[in-house]
Amino acid sequence: MARIVLDHLRHSYRAAPRADNDADWALRHIDLEWRDGGAYALLGPSGCGKTTLLNLISGLLTPTEGRILFGERDVTALDPGARNIAQVFQFPVVYDTMTVFDNLAFPLRNRGIAENAVRARIDEIAALLDLTPQLAQRAAGLGADGKQKISMGRGLVRSDVAAILFDEPLTVIDPHLKWRLRSKLKELHRRVGLTMIYVTHDQTEALTFADQVVVMDNGVVVQAGTPVELFERPQHTFVGHFIGSPGMNLLPCEIDAGGVARFSGRAVATAAPPRPGADARQLQIGVRPEYVRFADAGLPARIERVADVGRLRIVDARCGEHLVKLVVAEGQAVPAESGFIDFDPAHTQVYADGWIVT
Amino acid sequence: MTTKTENQKAWWLVAPVVVLVAFNAVLPLMAVVNYSVQETFGNNEFFFEGVKWFEEVLNSSRFRDALVRQLLFTAIILAIELPLGVAIALAMPRKGIGVSVCLVLMAMPLLIPWNVVGAIWNIFALPDIGLLGRSLNALGLDYNYTRQPLAAWATLVAMDVWHWTSLVVLLAYAGLSSIPDAYYQAARIDGASRWAILRHIQLPKMKRVLTIAVLLRFMDSFMIYTEAVVLTGGGPGNATTLLSIDLVKIALGQFDLGPAAAMSLIYFLIILLLSWLYYTVMTKDEDA
Repeated sequence: MARIVLDHLRHSYRAAPRADNDADWALRHIDLEWRDGGAYALLGPSGCGKTTLLNLISGLLTPTEGRILFGERDVTALDPGARNIAQVFQFPVVYDTMTVFDNLAFPLRNRGIAENAVRARIDEIAALLDLTPQLAQRAAGLGADGKQKISMGRGLVRSDVAAILFDEPLTVIDPHLKWRLRSKLKELHRRVGLTMIYVTHDQTEALTFADQVVVMDNGVVVQAGTPVELFERPQHTFVGHFIGSPGMNLLPCEIDAGGVARFSGRAVATAAPPRPGADARQLQIGVRPEYVRFADAGLPARIERVADVGRLRIVDARCGEHLVKLVVAEGQAVPAESGFIDFDPAHTQVYADGWIVT
Repeated sequence: MTTKTENQKAWWLVAPVVVLVAFNAVLPLMAVVNYSVQETFGNNEFFFEGVKWFEEVLNSSRFRDALVRQLLFTAIILAIELPLGVAIALAMPRKGIGVSVCLVLMAMPLLIPWNVVGAIWNIFALPDIGLLGRSLNALGLDYNYTRQPLAAWATLVAMDVWHWTSLVVLLAYAGLSSIPDAYYQAARIDGASRWAILRHIQLPKMKRVLTIAVLLRFMDSFMIYTEAVVLTGGGPGNATTLLSIDLVKIALGQFDLGPAAAMSLIYFLIILLLSWLYYTVMTKDEDA
């Protein structure tokens, strides 16, 4: 059991990557520390490098640069079998010709563990995964969710495993089973206390599973934090946009001589005074639709569309040439044609070239 | 609810196929069945003989000898070509230009006309002028496939292995390529040995294509004629007279149409029966 440290990790799939060319690198630069026993999610769009990062941790890939530490032990050059890590893949991997029992026994037998110890361990893990009735069945006969549980089980049976990595494990699972398997995962995490790292591009999955969410884009970590932090205070406009539905409103702004952000010619109060660097090219105000309200005075806006999504309504309002989205709770009035909108200052931030400056 | 189709003219579109199949399969087969139960002395006169020819063929030691030789030949080449084909497929590169090079090299023996294969090996193995024959003799081996039954058999088997192992390789390679990377990755994490990967991942995933490979190689080798007849002509003596060679000798050499027809049908039924048995056994537990 140990924390996992990623130290100046860089990875490229090219034979001779140019150090200064970002396009050559699948992972541009990663410095992260995973606490022992934590539930983490790696969230990001397809192709952002999250699977690469996972494969580096499990040892399926060797990083081009940087080190990986499990506790104090440098495992960068170790084979996956020699690391105390298990991985569950997007598509369930089971050994078709074996029974469920033999599948679970496989990693233990490969490591030369005595047969009675194997049996005892499998009985325990099978009970945990509700696989006990199927132990004697052929693994090939199980459904996708059963197979995925076997994949998980092969990691859990190993007593040396410190962390389990999940690479979008629910992709091929039917929606009604997804929810059950996800709560099973959460329960397992509570009961066995292993570090779990869960890769997904689905924000709901990430936010419900993890204590800490690491958001990646383009081969770098844009923000690591709790779900609340990601929602309330995105460090980067990508996080603001990627997390939340609808995503954060991002509106072009300028900073006047008094250091106040101005949008559409009006001063906008922000959580803290914006301090963009002198060389900032693009300035934006970011405010989540949940923190935009209709008011008696403020920015004049024309209502373009109201979409009813159950208990909430999403309103598209136009301020000049810019579209602002609002989330309005049930029972609150929406002006018929035009009105005024107002941003909650505590949740209004300014971003310079994508990064937060308030 | 079903509606009866009233316009049935579309059936005419099937007519060309029906005619084609009738002329190239059904009618010749029925002609053989017809010959197998009749006696003829020429002059287009036929007399019904019942199962006489079948009894004669089944009781003749000549047929049984040829059948034993045939079974032996098929067993030997299957025992060599399958493991060898799988081994080569495993050794082939998975990506890069090596893949195309290997595939082209592998496909080459399959593209050579069968009689040419026979002719190549016939000359290649000649003890006086052939590269193989001369080299073996120069090494001190007494090798002459035109006189020694064992040498003839060895040459015949070597030729078939050279000619057809590629087919097994290509099928096995296709089977291997269809295994997702995740299986190998999971096996590495599970600490599986090379042997365990072969035993528990690669062979099970290749089972379907290998079933087909065995079936194809079984049927083709059981019916081998052209290459063998060009290489050894069934000799020396009758040492390499396989079923098909014997059949042609009876039908065209001696013009015994009745026994030849009966033998053809028995031959056909043996292949059908063995193929069916094999396929049934191999696919029996697939849904279980």
